Amino acid sequence: MLDYILRRIGLMVLTLFGVSVAIFLLLRIVPGNIADILFDSAGLVDPAEKQQIITDLGLDQPLVTQYVHWIAGLAHGDLGYSYVSEKPVLDEVLPRIPITAKLAGLALLFAVCTGVPFGVISAVRQNSWLDYVLRVISLAALSMPSFWLGLLVLMGFVNWFGILPIYDKAPATWGAAILMFGVPAATVGFRSSALIMRLTRSSMLEVLRQDYVRTARSKGLSEPAVTFIHALRNAVLPVITTIGIETAFLFGGLIVTETVFNIPGVARFLVEAIRWRDYPMVQNLVMFIAIVVVLVNLIVDLAYMFVDPRIRLRA
Amino acid sequence: MAPVLEVSGLTTVFHTRGGIVRAVQDVSFSVEAGETLAIVGESGCGKTMTALSLMRLIPSPPGQITAGMVKVAGTDLLALDEASMRRMRGSQIAMIFQEPMTALNPLLTVGRQIAEMVSLHENVSRRAANARAVEMLHHVRIPAPERRAREYPHQMSGGMRQRAMIAMALACKPKVLIADEPTTALDVTIQAQVLDLIGDLRKELGTAVVLITHDLGVVAETADRMIVMYAGRKVEEGRTKDLFADPCHPYLQGLLASVPRFGGGEGERLREIPGIVPPLNDLPKGCAFAPRCQSAIGRCRDEVPPLEPKRPGHAAACWVT
Ligand SMILES: Nc1ncnc2c1ncn2[C@@H]1O[C@H](COP(=O)(O)OP(=O)(O)O)[C@@H](O)[C@H]1O
Ligand code: SF4
Ligand SMILES: [Mg+2]
Repeated sequence: MLDYILRRIGLMVLTLFGVSVAIFLLLRIVPGNIADILFDSAGLVDPAEKQQIITDLGLDQPLVTQYVHWIAGLAHGDLGYSYVSEKPVLDEVLPRIPITAKLAGLALLFAVCTGVPFGVISAVRQNSWLDYVLRVISLAALSMPSFWLGLLVLMGFVNWFGILPIYDKAPATWGAAILMFGVPAATVGFRSSALIMRLTRSSMLEVLRQDYVRTARSKGLSEPAVTFIHALRNAVLPVITTIGIETAFLFGGLIVTETVFNIPGVARFLVEAIRWRDYPMVQNLVMFIAIVVVLVNLIVDLAYMFVDPRIRLRA
Repeated sequence: MAPVLEVSGLTTVFHTRGGIVRAVQDVSFSVEAGETLAIVGESGCGKTMTALSLMRLIPSPPGQITAGMVKVAGTDLLALDEASMRRMRGSQIAMIFQEPMTALNPLLTVGRQIAEMVSLHENVSRRAANARAVEMLHHVRIPAPERRAREYPHQMSGGMRQRAMIAMALACKPKVLIADEPTTALDVTIQAQVLDLIGDLRKELGTAVVLITHDLGVVAETADRMIVMYAGRKVEEGRTKDLFADPCHPYLQGLLASVPRFGGGEGERLREIPGIVPPLNDLPKGCAFAPRCQSAIGRCRDEVPPLEPKRPGHAAACWVT
């Protein structure tokens, strides 16, 4: 088991190395750098000054040198300075993390807490009107782009309640806080919820056909006991795996949702930083997100192991 | 002695797109305490559906028990509401299945699955239920039962899992045990051990056993009486000895003829009789065996032969013999 965990951690490190190279190269393939952008947008015209900026930021160094410089800094906890604000990257990013973390956590919670129960209901009542309704809703959720859904939600709020769930640094009431985080979290988690629902449904239908479910019924267990003690446990196994994968997708959704709901989180900030070709900012933010995703996947794998003795006892 | 299990006129159908599948038609039999009745027949002839009908576990829809009576110790199961039926399952009538590899829940320990049966039907503490689970594992001759109770199904061999299934089925001392091809999936040496175990427990606990199999060797060794099923109907019934010595129905005659010798050896599965079982949603008008029967006469194709006594204690459904 320890062996398995160590192997997983080794793989994590490799993955992160791959991500770091990829983001580093991608950023530099994208045309233009901070100097170009400053010159275009700020209307600076002195080529010598431009050259000076390039030299100061080390953009004229060979790529390998730049990469090593970045990673060596990372290893020392030195994330460098933002090209745009000239403040340390850490100072810019740290205050935004809790906001995005809350959103992401809530979104995942929403996805699991709605997706799994509705999936179970849908499977247990297969082909009932309830099943059809849930399936149509989930299909819609999967095909709706999250920016569009976000805008719809905003419009809905304005139309029906006359309020906008707008971000406020210090919400006045609990209700306001829940509204402020809950609405965007549900918006971004809707897609994952639909995916989890569909997966739970199909997995549950599969499990309900298994021999051990028939055995459970033959013991005289009630349907709820069969469903929750025997079937659901087995049916959530593939769902657990998906949660790991969905975390990565969640960040994509968060970028859009933070923008639509005007939330000063990490995800929206990342888009800003990319626009400015703020290399230190983008690189470190992407690395941060990658680490989170990889860690969540590790936790998911461990959870899977915890639930499934066939893996726990073999590994 | 009054039989513990009395089945009469049991009829189970499946409503499918291809029409009504008559899986079990007008099947009757009875079993006494401590007795073993074998149900024999080729694959697809309705043995499992008969067993599931007794447990009222026919998948519904599409399945439906349309007629009959299933009395266990005088109570007609088919007349019970679902909650009362649940109380009967496991405590009065229990079942073990063909596939020991898949019949146990892979995520729960074997001990817990047995203890679950006990706590469901008896008002005992969790600790007592767990103790009973260990005791039952010991009873079915599993070595180191305390340790095995804490293991998961995947840590056990097929034979051991089937023993665990037996331990679970008998944990509440049911009056009737249905064993649906309990050894078909096992190695030959293990088969004999498991059958011996069922036989011994039956004697010890006085359980009435319904043993479903398509292996005539198993029937010869274990069953007091047997019924032969063909295409959902009972076509012959009597004491095992009598049926083996003097089969009346051409179907059983064919089955016995296709077994090289019975009484022990390997591979005593039913050999093919030429032809195939007619589809159960499109049965012939007369005797279902007629298309494959060498003794068939004109009447066979028009009228279903009734089950009639042919010898003392020995009945068959055939116009000719
Ligand atoms: N879910 C179902 N839908 C339609 N027909 C079924 C279904 N389950 C079983 N049957 C029919 O019942 C018949 C008897 O099956 P079964 O009792 O399992 O046979 P056996 O156990 O003797 O091999 C099969 O031939 C099949 O046509
Ligand atoms: S009734 Fe006719 S067809 Fe059927 S088994 Fe007897 S002889 Fe054969
Ligand atoms: Mg069968």
